Amino acid sequence: MEALLAITIGILVAAAVYLMLSGHMMRFIFGLVLISNAANLTIFTAGRLTPGAPPLIPLGFDGPAGDVANALPQALVLTAIVIGFGLFAFAVTLVWRAWVALGTIEADDMRIAEPKEDSQ
Amino acid sequence: MSWVLVLPLTIPFVTAIFAFLFREQSAGRWISVAGSAALVAASLVLLVQTIDAGVLAAQMGSWAAPFGVTLVADLLSAAMAVITAIIALAVSVYALADIDADAERAGYHALFNVLIAGVMGAFLTGDLFNLYVWFEVMLIASFGLLILGGKPEQIDGGVKYVALNLISTILFLTGIGLLYGMTGTLNMADLAGAVESADPGLLSVVAVAFMVAFGVKAALFPLFFWLPASYHTPHFAVSAVFAGLLTKVGVYALIRMFTLVFDHDIGFTHEILLWIAGLTMAIGVLGAAAQNDIRKILSFHIVSQIGYMVLGLALMTPLALVGAVFYLIHHIIVKANLFLIAGVADRIAGDTDLSRIGGLYKSAPFLAVLFFIPAFSLAGFPPLSGFWAKFIVVKAALDVQGWVIAAVALVVGLLTIYSMTKIWAEAFWTPHPDGVDPSLATLAPATRNALVLPVAGLALMTVVIGLVPGGFMSFAETAANQLLVPDAYISTVLEARVE
Repeated sequence: MEALLAITIGILVAAAVYLMLSGHMMRFIFGLVLISNAANLTIFTAGRLTPGAPPLIPLGFDGPAGDVANALPQALVLTAIVIGFGLFAFAVTLVWRAWVALGTIEADDMRIAEPKEDSQ
Repeated sequence: MSWVLVLPLTIPFVTAIFAFLFREQSAGRWISVAGSAALVAASLVLLVQTIDAGVLAAQMGSWAAPFGVTLVADLLSAAMAVITAIIALAVSVYALADIDADAERAGYHALFNVLIAGVMGAFLTGDLFNLYVWFEVMLIASFGLLILGGKPEQIDGGVKYVALNLISTILFLTGIGLLYGMTGTLNMADLAGAVESADPGLLSVVAVAFMVAFGVKAALFPLFFWLPASYHTPHFAVSAVFAGLLTKVGVYALIRMFTLVFDHDIGFTHEILLWIAGLTMAIGVLGAAAQNDIRKILSFHIVSQIGYMVLGLALMTPLALVGAVFYLIHHIIVKANLFLIAGVADRIAGDTDLSRIGGLYKSAPFLAVLFFIPAFSLAGFPPLSGFWAKFIVVKAALDVQGWVIAAVALVVGLLTIYSMTKIWAEAFWTPHPDGVDPSLATLAPATRNALVLPVAGLALMTVVIGLVPGGFMSFAETAANQLLVPDAYISTVLEARVE
């Protein structure tokens, strides 16, 4: 299972890097979505894949009985997904604004903040 | 006991809420000023208590370390909290005159205070994942502030800023995941012990992931390109708080992680940092030499100056860390101040492009003095604060026979003087190309006070640090010792009482 997930993560990162290097901001965002999910899977896998019971504590006990799954990586991934979602919403809106304001979202043509020397 | 650690986080959040509710009225901006003033008081109390106790720690949510989120302040954290609060106060006063009503209605003061909360959280947390969360708080607020106003240049710079910072965030998150997989803990004090039993080779790989992630935040070579692409575009108050604080959070995170956790193979990790420090200093200052806009020049100098701080960390000797801590404190004040002055120059002379302004020395001599202090402190003129900061770092490099890096540091200092004299000559000495006399007297008294008071206050602090460096030096020495021998930090965190 770990090997399978590791390969999946590798494929996600490879696809993400390819997309992010294309210079088109929309593809960059798609790449970002992929690579952040690769990061989430990394946390999940690094927390050990234990096929155990849900980590619930029965009423009247101090701890869970028997082997349970590690709940912490899931909490971390959940937090990261929520934060990531907010950031992507912002990033997509920003790219849309860039398209409206600049007329292009090709990274090579976005030179308003840093004009070329000869055009000054 | 724990409230002194919680207050610097809650004050800006509460301020943000009220500033947002009153964003339509002028009350909003005064709430921001009052909140920042309260923050200065709270962080000073924290600093005094930290100096007393050495290290303060508190467990959140009644979970004992290493399971819960720990807030912890050693001398470096407490000092950074105080500096952050001072910059927040200076910038919120400056914002009274700099931020227009449209930006206020869009929520400038709320975003600003959330940004300060994020910075404070990053300085005070003792948990790695919590550090990630504070980074995000800071990041999302900075996104909003950067593009507030929506000019095309801001959107353009904003896209680059957002893109590169999100990559850094994801690398940071991956690093956290791998480190947790290796050690089973996220508490930084607990990690310091847990990494000793980890595979050193794998640990070095994870260390480099953290180095790249924090390197983007700190604007290290070759990861700094987002900074000069965006810092000259937003409101002056925004670029001042960015210039003062944001990259320094990256430097702080580097210092914290590479003294506390990743000190297993200094020959490998800190050697990389040494090369990066030298290249960051040199490339930054050369980039600045090619620019012709005050804010663009200053942006490249942020990059260049970050190199000195990382050099202090890379050498990892007691004196070098004293230099890094001293440099951090000096640099935040000076850099924020220079951006504020650029704003005043823009206001009275009409631009920040050096070819379009001039005559400030003749018609605004007071501003000229106020510029002279931080500019030549940045370049390292005695007896200003930058001289002592550079002196310690270079001395530390010479002590370990680092002739080349010391030479680089000195040459970069010289080139910094070149840039500062360029601004001085073009903006202050040569007459204004339009033949006008830009003067502070043209501003309304309230506007003038709001713009000049923070600048004068920060300049005064630069002079004080420069004239009586002894107290700051011995403070930096104690802080550096805590970093080098983090026993007190670790034991305080792991034994902190659950309340």
